[in-house]
Amino acid sequence: MANKDLQGYWRTNVRYLIGLLVVWFLVSYGAGIIFAPALNEFTIGGFPLGFWFAQQGSIYVFVVLIFVYVYLMNRLDRKYDVDEK
Amino acid sequence: MDVQIWTFIIVGITFSIYIGVAIWARAGSTSDFYVAGGGVPPIVNGMATAADWMSAASFISMAGLISFMGYQGSQYLMGWTGGYVLLALLLAPYLRKFGKFTVPDFIGERYYSQTARLVAVFCALFVSFTYVVGQMKGVGLAFSRFLEVPFEWGVVIGVVIVLFYAVLGGMKGITYTQVAQYCVLIFAFMVPAIFISMLMVGNPIPQLGLGGTLLSDGTPLLTKLNELSVDLGFQEYTTAHKGRVDLFFVTAALMLGTAGLPHVIVRFFTVPKVSGARISAGWALIFIALLYTTAPAIAAFARTNMINTVKDAEYTSVPSWFKSWETTGLLSYEDKNGDGIIQYYNDANETFVEEVAAARGWEGNELTIDRDIIVLANPEIANLPAWVVALVVAGGLAAALSTAAGLLLVISSSIAHDLLKNWLKPDISEKNELIAARIAITVAVVVAGYFGINPPGFVAQVVAFAFGLAAASFFPAIVMGIFSKRMNMQGAVSGMVTGLIFTAVYIWYFKYGGGTPEQYWFGISPEGIGTLGMIFNFVVSLTVSAFTPAPPDDVQEMVENIRIPRGAGTASSH
Repeated sequence: MANKDLQGYWRTNVRYLIGLLVVWFLVSYGAGIIFAPALNEFTIGGFPLGFWFAQQGSIYVFVVLIFVYVYLMNRLDRKYDVDEK
Repeated sequence: MDVQIWTFIIVGITFSIYIGVAIWARAGSTSDFYVAGGGVPPIVNGMATAADWMSAASFISMAGLISFMGYQGSQYLMGWTGGYVLLALLLAPYLRKFGKFTVPDFIGERYYSQTARLVAVFCALFVSFTYVVGQMKGVGLAFSRFLEVPFEWGVVIGVVIVLFYAVLGGMKGITYTQVAQYCVLIFAFMVPAIFISMLMVGNPIPQLGLGGTLLSDGTPLLTKLNELSVDLGFQEYTTAHKGRVDLFFVTAALMLGTAGLPHVIVRFFTVPKVSGARISAGWALIFIALLYTTAPAIAAFARTNMINTVKDAEYTSVPSWFKSWETTGLLSYEDKNGDGIIQYYNDANETFVEEVAAARGWEGNELTIDRDIIVLANPEIANLPAWVVALVVAGGLAAALSTAAGLLLVISSSIAHDLLKNWLKPDISEKNELIAARIAITVAVVVAGYFGINPPGFVAQVVAFAFGLAAASFFPAIVMGIFSKRMNMQGAVSGMVTGLIFTAVYIWYFKYGGGTPEQYWFGISPEGIGTLGMIFNFVVSLTVSAFTPAPPDDVQEMVENIRIPRGAGTASSH
């Protein structure tokens, strides 16, 4: 495969990574720690929101992030024809 | 039937299953032994990874810690799950494509240096060994408390079982045994949680029950828990009360450490394809999340139940579980003001002591509870049937044994593969390497068992070491090895050494060298310092590599190659 294509593949991959890791950071360190006291002013389903993010929500988002990444990368692998046969 | 008979039956059945699975999945080659022949389906690998990862600490200690720490305990929940996102996105697929057996393999080849490989082997051995000793101790405790055999015999039984299936089956045997162990441990964790959630808030899903409303008096559980805590001079359960800087750093160190732990990384070498490595991390996290989202519910239920049971209770009328834990010494009552009533409160809270406790004639907190008993005592506190208690014991053993086996395999592959095959005796035949690996694992189990029985004083505190060192050494070296083609041997080695030494010295100073919490840098505790060590590692690596020559062409080509999935064979030693 051509070198130029490979660069495009890698750049897109890195862009996906950055996007997903920003979400990763925002739900855990953001909502769960930095903004937790402010979010605790709100309640959902009986939970103070900041507390919910720290002990439940961030973990659910982590799971979703990995599956989104798997979906995006499988699509990207096929597009650049570098998937495993 | 009483608890002990149930325990014998359930532990007996589960152990027979593990041994049966181990005989069925024997290892025939080094590839079977180190990476299960690279033929494990992703979902199976995910389940095995989950069992490998969740140790006695996750199963027994974590809910207890959260129960006493409240919101502050979130560092364990986020820290021990968030690392899987980093693994899936930054490490697993590329290391799988690289296609060798161990983490030192990658470090050694990527940085074209025997020194780098040896630094990595040293870290892998240190991290895994400190970790495994704790597991053997956990096995001994569970056996001695519930089967009433002496503690030493408990450890010996554990050693024999692990020895049997790890030596015989290697990674292949361990992987399939771990699948069985995951099923046992998750069932054992969920059953009491569901029971208690039903009893307390009428919701069969503990994750939702945590936000539910108490059936007894109609107040939301968390509101009630906050009130109870404040009434006894503790902080509110759901809010932060210490500096959040430390919380931030500890959470990060646990995440980065998770992504750098060799026994976790090596799991992703066992799946057949690169895409399998990615999704396998997702499956692993789902299986882990099931326990990790239930743990905070157990913590809150147990805390509420516990306070309600002991608060202002007369000592003569406490339930039987109270007495049976008292005999273990993990729970103790001292009637300081001689009124025969249990006063449980926060006597470190000076305003509370002056304004409330003194007026009520309280003369100090009278009840001491070891955090580790929360999960084990929870079914008894909630009056669940004896078989549930027995199930929890089997679950705790499954968690400890599965983690011990995974760690022992890393120790054996570090010795037989990284030290012997790739350093001391490169011409060793595959058959002899396999024999060496089996001997190494046998010796490692016996040594771990010995230290489990006679724990050196440092063991209880070294978990901070394991995560901190993994975060400060492996994680940056591997990530830069994949994402920077320019990173060279000089940069990586100086970065790893800086991260290691800085983190080790900081932890040593504050744990043994007489450092006090007032001297913490930016208020960061030793548990969180690995994060700073990692930052130093990155800075030093990037600076040094900028002033030293780029890596050779073949190494740069290798980096290009691991970035694309196509062409991944099964892991091999050539």
